[in-house]
Amino acid sequence: MSDIATSLNGASFEGITRVEEMRAQGMITLRGDFADPAFVSAVTGLVEADMPGQRQVSTGAERSILWMSPDELMVLCTYAEAPILEAKLRDALADQHALVANVSDARACFELVGGDLREVLAKLAPVDMSPEAFAVGDLRRTRLAQVAGAFWLSSEDKAQIVCFRSVGEYMFNLLKTAAQPGSSVGFI
Amino acid sequence: MLILECPYCGVKAEETELTAGGEAHLKRYGPGSSDDEFEGYLFTRENPMGVHFERWRHSNGCGKWFHAARSTTTLEVFGTYSAQTTEPPQEIKDKISARHPGWSWRDQS
Ligand SMILES: [Zn+2]
Repeated sequence: MSDIATSLNGASFEGITRVEEMRAQGMITLRGDFADPAFVSAVTGLVEADMPGQRQVSTGAERSILWMSPDELMVLCTYAEAPILEAKLRDALADQHALVANVSDARACFELVGGDLREVLAKLAPVDMSPEAFAVGDLRRTRLAQVAGAFWLSSEDKAQIVCFRSVGEYMFNLLKTAAQPGSSVGFI
Repeated sequence: MLILECPYCGVKAEETELTAGGEAHLKRYGPGSSDDEFEGYLFTRENPMGVHFERWRHSNGCGKWFHAARSTTTLEVFGTYSAQTTEPPQEIKDKISARHPGWSWRDQS
């Protein structure tokens, strides 16, 4: 199989945290009625993860479900599995007013690993990044400097960021700037 | 800095996460309406010093439209509420009355 060309081909940077573009993350956008048990059971059954609470990430054994809005979810899976899972979800939701779209190639994903990753996010987004206000498993859709993005903490040492692929390079440069060596604020 | 709580995702969003959508609760007058009604719908807007009702969108967030009641002079926010309504909820109006007895805005008071 040929290599998948992501926005920055897996570029990385070492600063007050490690910034890395994630190679080929599978992402499926879902819209539907969360109050409809048929929607919820179809999604949780196929993804094998629980329904996330408001602004939460629900992590299953192999996949995750992100809460994006009161009628929108994002499913994370492997890049290779995304088209297969997309077809299964579309089949399962065929009778409902629902939307399924494989957006893996339309987004760029970054990972912040270790160090002052909370500070790096706090420099860029109007979000309280203190551990009391933003915990592991919380998700936030917001802006990072001038572009829209979503991020969540998969552990205290790892944050993931998703944005549109068209602004992937801008996001990487932002993260590099905010993570410049020696730029710790020591506030969080 | 204006901070509005999005009623859809619960985020206390500061202004830079939001897009202003103009005056709330406009009734659309289209084909078949009188010239005066159509002109009013298109152009006539409240521009109060004080209590005001607006539409906002959580554009850098969950993407939903919602309504907000606030004072344009003090920036006090009386509350935010669903977009799926044609008038402010009584609870919001009560909060405004507590702060500004005798207030009025269009046909609301
Ligand atoms: Zn929102």
